[in-house]
Amino acid sequence: MDPQTVTVLTQQFFNALTLGAIYALIALGYTMVYGIIELINFAHGEIFMVGAFIAMFFLTSIGFSGSIPDPLTLAAVLALTFLVTMTVLGFIGVGIERFAYRPLRNAPRLAPLITAIGVSFILQNVVQIWRGPSPVNTPQLLTHNVRFDIGAASIGYLNIFIFLVAVVLMVALQLFVGRTRLGRAMRSTAQDREAAQLMGVNINSTIAITFFIGSALAGAAGIVYGLYFGSIQFTIGFVAGLKAFTAAVLGGIGNLAGAALGGFFIGFIEVAAAQIGYARWTPAFVFGVLILVLVFRPSGLLGQPIGERA
Amino acid sequence: MTVEPAVATTQRAAAADDRGPGTDLVLELRGVQTFYGQIQALRGIDLEVRAGEIVTLIGGNGAGKTTTLKTISGLIHPRKGQVLFQGRDVSRFPAHQLVRAGIGHAPEGRRIFSRLTVLENLQMGGYTRSPAERREDLERVMTLFPRLRERVRQNGGTLSGGEQQMLAIGRALMGRPRLLLLDEPSLGLAPILVQQIFNIIREINAQGTTILLVEQNALQALSIAARGYVLQTGRVILADTAERLAANEDVRRAYLGEI
Ligand SMILES: Nc1ncnc2c1ncn2[C@@H]1O[C@H](COP(=O)(O)OP(=O)(O)OP(=O)(O)O)[C@@H](O)[C@H]1O
Ligand SMILES: [Mg+2]
Repeated sequence: MDPQTVTVLTQQFFNALTLGAIYALIALGYTMVYGIIELINFAHGEIFMVGAFIAMFFLTSIGFSGSIPDPLTLAAVLALTFLVTMTVLGFIGVGIERFAYRPLRNAPRLAPLITAIGVSFILQNVVQIWRGPSPVNTPQLLTHNVRFDIGAASIGYLNIFIFLVAVVLMVALQLFVGRTRLGRAMRSTAQDREAAQLMGVNINSTIAITFFIGSALAGAAGIVYGLYFGSIQFTIGFVAGLKAFTAAVLGGIGNLAGAALGGFFIGFIEVAAAQIGYARWTPAFVFGVLILVLVFRPSGLLGQPIGERA
Repeated sequence: MTVEPAVATTQRAAAADDRGPGTDLVLELRGVQTFYGQIQALRGIDLEVRAGEIVTLIGGNGAGKTTTLKTISGLIHPRKGQVLFQGRDVSRFPAHQLVRAGIGHAPEGRRIFSRLTVLENLQMGGYTRSPAERREDLERVMTLFPRLRERVRQNGGTLSGGEQQMLAIGRALMGRPRLLLLDEPSLGLAPILVQQIFNIIREINAQGTTILLVEQNALQALSIAARGYVLQTGRVILADTAERLAANEDVRRAYLGEI
């Protein structure tokens, strides 16, 4: 390979990682909610979108609308933005579960599914009324100009930051679900709700915690989306949500590691499509993959979901 | 101890007489009626369990044994009647609160978490307990079931039927219940394992846990129980000491496989 190609591929590799990280963060919420109540939460993409807007609103409210050169201030502002946005989104997710899904917990499966679509319309419209239908610029705390070089390729620190945020959150989630008492309660509830109750688990609060975490992660994805693309719109949740859903199915819905893997996979497909000159065809590639997976490996790459019944 | 009359209709009055000072009722059901939608599964159940007893509930398929246990542990709520646990009406309590109150339930069909390890299953059993208590009880349960100790890292779903039953009982014990409800613990086990499970039930009881045992294996259940109730289509048709039930002609014919 000639050096020019290597440079481009290196560059694109990091772009794919960044995009993949965003999809992975959103996909986790789909998979967690599906794992515990077997609902495809179609409002989840919109939760991500709301996260992007809350972050934007928070940053401009505290007076930051451009890049922050001082690293300490930057770190503090970022930490605060994540804390606030993720908390707010967590509670929004809990509220949606409480008022839209919980009353339908014993209803036929189609009912909560349609409700989820309804919730996603509500969220879109609320944001449209709040911020208008046109794209809105988001504060660029970390500009794309801050870069370092790998060979001839130059990589933005922003790309690295987004990837690291995703990895840290995913590792934390894995530890929480895999090692803690509450995490065990979540997995037990996913497998056998009645048996979990007989262990003393409060099903309602366990499901609420699941929504909190899933929505908070979507909120984090919303923040980094705004930082990366510089502009957001009330419609961004729809397509990103569908792609992240594809990622979750690809990895094996209900499986956390699968969702992360699927997210990065979708990121790579998109970047590859763009690289070979078919950027406008990316949705076709992504959903083509979804169809192939559904036909040939319906349980996804990593197989059995965590919520498989005993 | 006064012997209760065998006829269900007079059982309630007799039970009331029996409830003098000093008799410590752990559990009492008063006219419990439970429904699944329109279908009535329990048609007025009266029964009681005293501290330290093993009481058994026998009856044919669909008699309402499982429903009785589910009503006690709060998985279903009675439409009429009351469930009193240690004198308190708990009919409306959700299941997860009753675990904290002291009711342990090893449900029908074992219901272990197949994709959690044996250790995690046991830890779930001690969900309501402190980490220190959990460690202590883990030791106690694994001493009772050495097989589980050998398999702590294995997924629950990979255990044999007998091991799964041990896990289900061990898991219920991890909550340190005052009253342990066991639903057909010997179902599907080889005779030698059945004997082992019954020995363990007796041992658990000797260590101070009150037990309400549902069994198809009526003869064996009656051999370790102090008293028994016979259920038929949602009603108690016989209530007596285990000894007398085992000797009862009708019981022998209907449930002990004798002609
Ligand atoms: N989930 C349910 N929905 C509707 N009816 C039910 C349900 N569970 C049990 N029933 C009905 O309630 C009655 C009592 O059932 P239950 O499971 O309590 O019987 P059982 O004595 O435990 O029987 P078995 O020995 O077969 O386990 C039966 O007629 C059964 O068909
Ligand atoms: Mg039964």
